[in-house]
Amino acid sequence: MALKIVKGSIDRMFDKNLQDLVRGIRNHKDDEAKYISTCIDEIKQELKQDNIAVKANAVCKLTYLQMLGYDVSWAAFNIVEVMSSSKFTYKRIGYLAASQCFHEGTDVIMLTTNQIRKDLSSPNQYDTGVALTGLSCFVTPDLARDLANDIMTLMSHTKPYIRKKAVLIMYKVFLKYPESLRPAFPRLKEKLEDPDPGVQSAAVNVICELARRNPKNYLSLAPLFFKLMTSSTNNWVLIKIIKLFGALTPLEPRLGKKLIEPLTNLIHSTSAMSLLYECVNTVIAVLISLSSGMPNHSASIQLCVQKLRILIEDSDQNLKYLGLLAMSKILKTHPKSVQSHKDLILQCLDDKDESIRLRALDLLYGMVSKKNLMEIVKKLMLHVDKAEGTTYRDELLTKIIDICSQSNFQYITNFEWYISILVELTRLEGTRHGHLIASQMLDVAIRVKAIRGFAVAQMATLLDNAHLLTGNTQRNGICEVLYAAAWICGEFSEHLEDPMQTLEAMLRPKVATLPGHIQAVYVQNAAKLFATVLRKHDGETESQAAQETSQLLIDRLPLFVQSANLEVQERASCILQLVKYIQKLQQKNVEVAEEVTALFAGELNPVAPKAQKKVPIPEGLDLDAWINEPPSESESEDEKPKAVFAKEEPKHSRSRHTEVDEKELARRREVRKQEQANNPFYIKASPSSQKVYDAPGVEHIPVVQIDLSVPLKVPGMPMSDQYLKLEVERRQKEKAERKKKEKKKKREKRGKERKADSGPESEEDITPAHQVDIVTEEMPENALPSDDDDKDPNDPHKALDIDLDKPLADSEKLPVRTHRPEALKSPAEDRDSESVPQETKKKSGKEKKKDKEKDRKRSKEEKKKKKKHKEVEEELLESQPEEAVQSEETKEAAAPPTSTSAEASDLDFWLSSAPVPPAAQEVTAPSSAAAAVDTSSAAAPESEPDEPKDTEPEDTKSSKHKKKKQKKEKEEKEKKKKKRHHHHHQHHSDAGGEDSVQNGTVEEEEPLPPMSNYSLLAENSYIKMVYDIQGNHQDESKVVVSVIFENKSDSFLKSMEFNVLDSLNSKLQRPEGAGAHDSLTVPFQLPPGVSNEARFVFSVQSIIMPQKLKGTLTFIVKSDESSTHEKLDFKLHFTCTSYLITTPCYSDAYAKLLESGDLKGSSLRLEGINMPFHHLLARICFHHHFSVVERIDSCASMYSRSIQGHHVCLLVKTSDQTVSIDAKCDEPSLLGNVLDEIKQTFSKC
Amino acid sequence: MIKAILIFNNHGKPRLIRFYQYFAEDMQQQIIRETFHLVSKRDDNVCNFLEGGSLIGGSDYKLIYRHYATLYFVFCVDSSESELGILDLIQVFVETLDKCFENVCELDLIFHMDKVHYILQEVVMGGMVLETNMNEIVAQVELQNRMEKSEVQVWASI
Repeated sequence: MALKIVKGSIDRMFDKNLQDLVRGIRNHKDDEAKYISTCIDEIKQELKQDNIAVKANAVCKLTYLQMLGYDVSWAAFNIVEVMSSSKFTYKRIGYLAASQCFHEGTDVIMLTTNQIRKDLSSPNQYDTGVALTGLSCFVTPDLARDLANDIMTLMSHTKPYIRKKAVLIMYKVFLKYPESLRPAFPRLKEKLEDPDPGVQSAAVNVICELARRNPKNYLSLAPLFFKLMTSSTNNWVLIKIIKLFGALTPLEPRLGKKLIEPLTNLIHSTSAMSLLYECVNTVIAVLISLSSGMPNHSASIQLCVQKLRILIEDSDQNLKYLGLLAMSKILKTHPKSVQSHKDLILQCLDDKDESIRLRALDLLYGMVSKKNLMEIVKKLMLHVDKAEGTTYRDELLTKIIDICSQSNFQYITNFEWYISILVELTRLEGTRHGHLIASQMLDVAIRVKAIRGFAVAQMATLLDNAHLLTGNTQRNGICEVLYAAAWICGEFSEHLEDPMQTLEAMLRPKVATLPGHIQAVYVQNAAKLFATVLRKHDGETESQAAQETSQLLIDRLPLFVQSANLEVQERASCILQLVKYIQKLQQKNVEVAEEVTALFAGELNPVAPKAQKKVPIPEGLDLDAWINEPPSESESEDEKPKAVFAKEEPKHSRSRHTEVDEKELARRREVRKQEQANNPFYIKASPSSQKVYDAPGVEHIPVVQIDLSVPLKVPGMPMSDQYLKLEVERRQKEKAERKKKEKKKKREKRGKERKADSGPESEEDITPAHQVDIVTEEMPENALPSDDDDKDPNDPHKALDIDLDKPLADSEKLPVRTHRPEALKSPAEDRDSESVPQETKKKSGKEKKKDKEKDRKRSKEEKKKKKKHKEVEEELLESQPEEAVQSEETKEAAAPPTSTSAEASDLDFWLSSAPVPPAAQEVTAPSSAAAAVDTSSAAAPESEPDEPKDTEPEDTKSSKHKKKKQKKEKEEKEKKKKKRHHHHHQHHSDAGGEDSVQNGTVEEEEPLPPMSNYSLLAENSYIKMVYDIQGNHQDESKVVVSVIFENKSDSFLKSMEFNVLDSLNSKLQRPEGAGAHDSLTVPFQLPPGVSNEARFVFSVQSIIMPQKLKGTLTFIVKSDESSTHEKLDFKLHFTCTSYLITTPCYSDAYAKLLESGDLKGSSLRLEGINMPFHHLLARICFHHHFSVVERIDSCASMYSRSIQGHHVCLLVKTSDQTVSIDAKCDEPSLLGNVLDEIKQTFSKC
Repeated sequence: MIKAILIFNNHGKPRLIRFYQYFAEDMQQQIIRETFHLVSKRDDNVCNFLEGGSLIGGSDYKLIYRHYATLYFVFCVDSSESELGILDLIQVFVETLDKCFENVCELDLIFHMDKVHYILQEVVMGGMVLETNMNEIVAQVELQNRMEKSEVQVWASI
């Protein structure tokens, strides 16, 4: 052996280490790849050796190569080998490599489970730490499931270093194994108040991360976080909490009200910019959430805007950036306060930093109003000209379009101006956004009917000057615009001044160089123009012009017929044949115009983007049916191509504006409707959009005529500026006329289509230059309203949307060891149904079981407070009956309709109490606030266990911590002394006995019958008590007795007092100062039919013998007319089982334990047991707090540990209804008693 | 959450990469290249936040970086992290490196990538900030190094 090691170390001297590898790569700059491939060969050799040091070195080098982009997954198994080295040095290398290259698809991960578990429970905190760190990077659902319980145990490790890592990794575990969230959550919550700031910060971090995705489940933590926020000084923690509040406040506006004051205080007091910034952000979120309810927060808004302005003006670019970012959030709800800083934001557009310019652009988007749109866009247009670099310019372009088109062109008062802007934008060189401009042109032309004349004129100009756009092949993107131009000219050709000229422009040979899809539109629309020309010359006999047009088409179209593009070719040849035919008819002097125009009749309407998706599946259509069978109906094919196949509507009037007389309009509408009704390809408008057409009075809107002659006649020249001037003039004129028109306008407004008109008053006064007939998008008939289209079904956080306030079912406990959890009907449910007659499971059951969830040690301190609470409660009962009902849990359970859940009502109560400045709360503790906090914590101690700090000075808390620490130290010392084995921790799942239900169960076996550990304590006609005893894993001399009190009578039970006659060995823990025979007040009252759970802590000295304690419960029965004093005696039976705590044990440690010879044996035979073996094991696990170490067929080894550290090992075998149990324990009498109890358990069934 | 931490030099050579979400090696390299491309063309006097980077993240993600002499430290984070907080964290990390390596320079990172990882592991774990207190980080790193050394000594004495 020694020789081998020496040989290994000699070998190693000749190996390259990481540094050598790096040096080598640097020295082989020219043939790096070749050099690395030889290195990889060497590494492969090294990995074949037995020496772990050599392997680790090789793996370390692989990690480096992985960074350079080499796939090293082939070495995954070797990485696992290095991970399992006993030396920290190598282990660390292994875990690092694993964390860099393992992922869910790595199959060797399965092999690591036991290794990781071993490392997690290593006595060396750094082994544990390294394993946690590694695991955090490659945890898989399987690992998460198998290790969740171990990690949860580590959350209570003595070393804060491990605690904080364990807490953090829980988030990853939750993501991969959502079932673990609820069982682990109570402990996680507990860590929010960990004495170590690092652990606390980690817990805040995890909860914030969880809450960000599913905020509503974490609302009940708000009071706790609020307390942390006012007490913490750690900026990291504060930032996280404040961010969390930002996520919570939209759900609960009252929370916002409470937050505003402490946040503003922080804003004023903090010197940390990061904190200040987050405070401002959250205040903004609060203001947004309040915006509807509370009008008067202008002071806070002002403060925010002011602070942000300071940030934006700062020379630090980072602050400037963030300032703008936050500003954009305010903008959404309080645009006015931001708009006053327009100067500053426009200034930022000139910043040299692109990120900042982009942010400023974002802001502008929200800052526009009808008033300033033109001005802002003008500024932006200037920037477009100045901008260097196409990316930023393209960004500007999209922003201009976004700004103008936002919310259905809400801010555009003059569409001629907008069209001019779009035309100007076409002159941008090298933009990628030609299609964007094109779609805007189409959109505006189609939806704003009044603008069509103008748009057509502009488009005709564009077509005429097409060479300017297509001249440079580099500028190809922009030629998309021609697509729109051609279509608009064709579709609305009745508005064309000179269709002949446009037709000519569209058929120029140069067109053939355009992309195919544009040519296709050209050809198609040439035909439309042709029809228009014919109609124009209709009636003229032997029209020269009409025949010339035909000839032009016949001359030019063959060019397109030769096109390589199929679409162009097909359309061109079709149309060519058509025109040839028409020409023949013309020559025979036949009237053709009417028929040709009929080809393009009909009007196109915009279709809503989701229309297709919302077409309801017609009755009788089975989409899953065989495709070969002809479908019964074909409605689903109704999708209309957006604009390519346009149909022209026959129009007799060429009027630019809708100055047609009423009759004519009505007739046309009728015709159109008829047409639409008969057209099977027309998607019928839903009733709502139909209204658009029928809206009365559209034609009454006065049209402000603008002299267009000046700006329009100059092709390709910037003209939008003139509109700005015109607009100003127009507005002034209007102002003067407004009074006159006032009455009339009101009437007109009603008829207007613009629903989006919701700006401030002053804006509404600005009437649009045109009557804006924005056609709404069409939806299919019977479209189902649904807004859930945008949710991502793959979001892993969806699985974590879990109600954390619901009580834990016992089946939800984390799986212990490798046995899979099985769906069990939880005993808790049983308990519920027997103790709570009606539905109340959700309500009172919650309180009770939540109680169970919280840490046992807490019950002690609770009791101390209870008296105080009660007084306060009763005061409240008198003064504020309604609120008291909400906060008092038992009453709440009796009257479920008052609120949906107790948690919520606690929160309600916390929120409804007047906001109190935190400083005052701490220093002076005004009675109302203190009372409020106290009651809420009394009502739901589980949600804020240590809440009432106001009444309890801080020092008691710290002394408590000290005490705890001392205890732990003591425990540790003892542990070292004993040094039996180091595989268990003094901390283990506080889940106690219940979670071991799963221990014995193995997949695919039949489910277990429900089990309950609660046994009857005493019962009379008024009350029933059941109880369960469990060891306190943190204290070797304490057990917790949980007693469920159930009111069986029709009267109110109150003033319950619980007392036990102490024995020498066992004593009830009473609050300090109480006498040895004083009774304890049960901290609640019971309305009829309600049950609730209380806990009592007992200290025990010797645990090797079972014992019984006599006790009495006294209570007052209060019915309507009378109240009587009642008494119930009981006997508490402390079994030896109740001193055992479920503790996982590994098989190797178990074997060592048995070999050590320290244990004394005993055995037990059970006859006539006919239950499945796994049920048997589950029973032992559940009732006697054991865990299964190993199970082979009908034989299983089990382990448990007493609160005082005795090991109890069982070997259970079964054959033919006979079960033999061989047991070993270091305390024979304890073992004997436990075996007796096991025997009893099975004799019962 | 932090999605990735990248350290590369002025020429885009990676010095440390740490992804907290799985990407295949070639994708990782592509992300590094893209990130380098985005970051390197920015002046030193512009802000340290960058949106975009289509490969990693999406709209919720930001690149937050700092440039020290020859090295870029880039963190890709989502909106749950405070921007200024992460900038501070980068500073803490770099100062920690400085303490652990005594006047850290690029060469230290080149030759001791593993050690840099070990330091980083004490700062960020699984994409979440673990510790921000530099003294605590340094103390933990040193304790672990000491442990490693003691193991080596045992090794040497055999």
